[in-house]
Amino acid sequence: MANFDLLVNKQKHQVDVDPDTPILWVLRDHLNLVGTKYGCGIAQCGACTIHLDGVAARSCSVPVSSVGGKAITTIEGLSAKADHPVQKAWIEHDVPQCGYCQAGQIMSASALLKANPNPSDEDIDVAMHGNICRCGTYVRIKAAIKTAAMSK
Amino acid sequence: MTTFKTTYNRRAFLSASAATGGGFMLGFSWLASCTAAEEQVAMLTMPEAWFDINAFLKIGDNGIVTIYSPNPEIGQNVKTSMPMIVAEELDVDWKNVIVEQAGLNTKKYTRQVAGGSQSIRAGWDSLRMAGATARRMLMEAAAKQWQVPVEELTTDAGFVKHAGKNQSIGYGELAAAAAGMSIPQEVALKEAKDYKIIGTNVKNVDGPKIVTGQPLFGLDTQQEGMQIAMIIHPPAFGMKVKSIDDTAARSMSGITNVFTFTSYPEGIEKTWSDANAFPELVAVLGNTTWEVMKAKKAVKVEWETISKAENTADHIAGFEKTLSEKMEVARRDGDPEKAFSAAAQVIEKTYSAPFLGQSTMEPMNFFADVKADSAELSGPIQTPENMRKTAALALGLPEDNVNVMMTRMGGGFGRRLYGHFGIEAAMISQKANVPVKLVYSREDDMTQGTYRPAYMVTYRAALDENKNLTAIHIKGTGIRESPVFENRFPAGAVDNYLVEKTQLDSNISTGAWRAPRSNFIAGAEQSFLDEVAEAMGKDPIDFRLELFDRAIKNPVGEKNDYEADRYAGVLKLIKEKAAWDKETPGVHRGVAAYYCHNSYVAQIVDLVMEAGQPVVKKVWGAVDCGIVINRDAACNIMEGGAVDGIGHALFSAITFKDGKPEQENFNNYRLIRHGEAPAEIETFFVENEVHPTGLGEPGLPPVVGALANAWYKATGERKYHQPFMAEQKVLG
Repeated sequence: MANFDLLVNKQKHQVDVDPDTPILWVLRDHLNLVGTKYGCGIAQCGACTIHLDGVAARSCSVPVSSVGGKAITTIEGLSAKADHPVQKAWIEHDVPQCGYCQAGQIMSASALLKANPNPSDEDIDVAMHGNICRCGTYVRIKAAIKTAAMSK
Repeated sequence: MTTFKTTYNRRAFLSASAATGGGFMLGFSWLASCTAAEEQVAMLTMPEAWFDINAFLKIGDNGIVTIYSPNPEIGQNVKTSMPMIVAEELDVDWKNVIVEQAGLNTKKYTRQVAGGSQSIRAGWDSLRMAGATARRMLMEAAAKQWQVPVEELTTDAGFVKHAGKNQSIGYGELAAAAAGMSIPQEVALKEAKDYKIIGTNVKNVDGPKIVTGQPLFGLDTQQEGMQIAMIIHPPAFGMKVKSIDDTAARSMSGITNVFTFTSYPEGIEKTWSDANAFPELVAVLGNTTWEVMKAKKAVKVEWETISKAENTADHIAGFEKTLSEKMEVARRDGDPEKAFSAAAQVIEKTYSAPFLGQSTMEPMNFFADVKADSAELSGPIQTPENMRKTAALALGLPEDNVNVMMTRMGGGFGRRLYGHFGIEAAMISQKANVPVKLVYSREDDMTQGTYRPAYMVTYRAALDENKNLTAIHIKGTGIRESPVFENRFPAGAVDNYLVEKTQLDSNISTGAWRAPRSNFIAGAEQSFLDEVAEAMGKDPIDFRLELFDRAIKNPVGEKNDYEADRYAGVLKLIKEKAAWDKETPGVHRGVAAYYCHNSYVAQIVDLVMEAGQPVVKKVWGAVDCGIVINRDAACNIMEGGAVDGIGHALFSAITFKDGKPEQENFNNYRLIRHGEAPAEIETFFVENEVHPTGLGEPGLPPVVGALANAWYKATGERKYHQPFMAEQKVLG
């Protein structure tokens, strides 16, 4: 066990955990931020996507010891009032079915738009490739990303 | 106006004065502090007082209405659509409605199950009655207050009105008096043409919580003093625990307990939903999920073999052998043997599909807090009533002392019909004497499946010298279940018809998977009919319409489980909407139609070739599910069905080697991903006033056939064995 100082959603936290603990479980079990989801544990499904310094990362495969001073953003910290363009677009398109993967989808989509404000269909497919939706809401996700891009 | 006798589920109404809903949520910090209710109420003004009208709704003194959604939510959107039906008959403005998930309460609700696409169909009467009786009681309260006959009153969006006297009063002001009214013996129901909420686009009531990551799912459960529990199950079907050495695991940080346990004690009566391959398991308990995950790997378990270790190759050989032998005859019309022996041409094709995992994105999990005389269970479950029944027996508690709360589910697809994980959580909590959240890793989830059975079916068609279809012969088998429905189309449309079926035993646990059996047989049947139409020189839609015409005018046989005119209706609609008769260069099209779970669906898949590969550009869907409750949500679930059907047909398979599933996680179990989904999906509805039926399943089965048929058009290659993208037979 060791102490780690983390910056999560602009707030400082200190956690005492094993160094190999993935950020996912630090968020969920230690900081009670359960919006970041466990799906596979091996960075294959994207349900656990967060931002590290604004870049999408699979939190299930990022050990807490490797984060250092990077700013962690989770779905809970994406916007103060649920008004990030991607969140608004998700509501506008009524994207979710079961909803479980959507936090990860939104975090991947928001990271994409930050890096590439006007993505093509292919850009979207590439950036979102790591996010599985078993319910099959891919068509709506793509439409919502385009709406969010337009609204910026 | 239709009237409705209020006899159906009357107990729900007679118990109106009892407290509803909220009480079941106490004790769960996140449920208590972050309900959908409170979030919506933030935008509304909370009432000073609530008045329970019946089991489905309560009305606040300011006119805000809380509607309890009785059924489990797995992503089929019933948490929005079921309350819409209540709100419609109550005649309230949807903006003033708060939705809450009801707990399991068999005294108040019937069929609290998510399965078989039946929530809307089975709930239609009781949901309408809940709204309509409440509306009537409000009107009677107003009539009493105004001293006028109730017949002179009308309602409009949360107000009772008297046109003659130009009076209007809000439901909130009437709620206290209405709650004391006797329940009407008969109520008037709206005509479909007067619907204001049903048939519109209402957004998912949990949408705001989903996009902000608020706790909603079972896996999000937190409770003071709760331990994380995980299980270790045998690595292969046909094995059980012999002994464990937990010395190393127990010494690891955060680990509080390790033990073996039996989730189904000897002699207890099980329900169908207790299907489960591994009743004896190892439990590892600890403070946090990661610590328990690590400790699991440190537990040394010795396994023993108790039944045969099965292999996929053996399954294929078993299917092929059984298909070459005589089977149980499930249906015989005319003289099929004679028709085949007289045939000028016989077309025979065999189709197969492998085991599949349900792959809910939220792995199996459940919370249990078992005390000496009671138990609190909470989590994602499609069959809460069965879980309560079995949990009570397994724990040795009276059923009344076991409470089951349903959380929003991160997918179901049939997997959460089988609630062994809830029983496991309960038994672990009882044995360890702590509240536990049982968490399955993805590997646990995928390798302890209730898999979609593997299937194989052979279709034969006899054509005479004039290329008329004279007979069809279907022979189907599967692991623990035949895929064949003997009385479904094309039965009833062909003079000579023979259906044979059998099933093979296995120690691999199988169960429902989105549109059971239909998810395979629709693709096989619709691919085969495409091939028959081609041999007959007919357009695939025209050929099907001729068969339906026959089934309408002069059906063959006594029992045909479909309405041929509605079946033909969706084909005609898709033919028109997709402009089937108009060819577009470079676009290769396949069509299919199927009826299951009480709804009719026709789909057309448009494929194009890109870099030598077929790519799905668009799926067109036509649906007859009767009255559409929530139009945009219905489109969403149809889109999901299409993506899901295409994805699994192309990519997914669970295979077995020495009893062990060869796929353990999403690195080697392929699910469809963003770039592989159709670019566009468009859905059309047959507009009618037939009582509504469900859509969770019917949108999936036909698309597999439409895909295979389009594939043939694009490549000249017929696809018989799923997954289509596998290089060789997987199964097959």
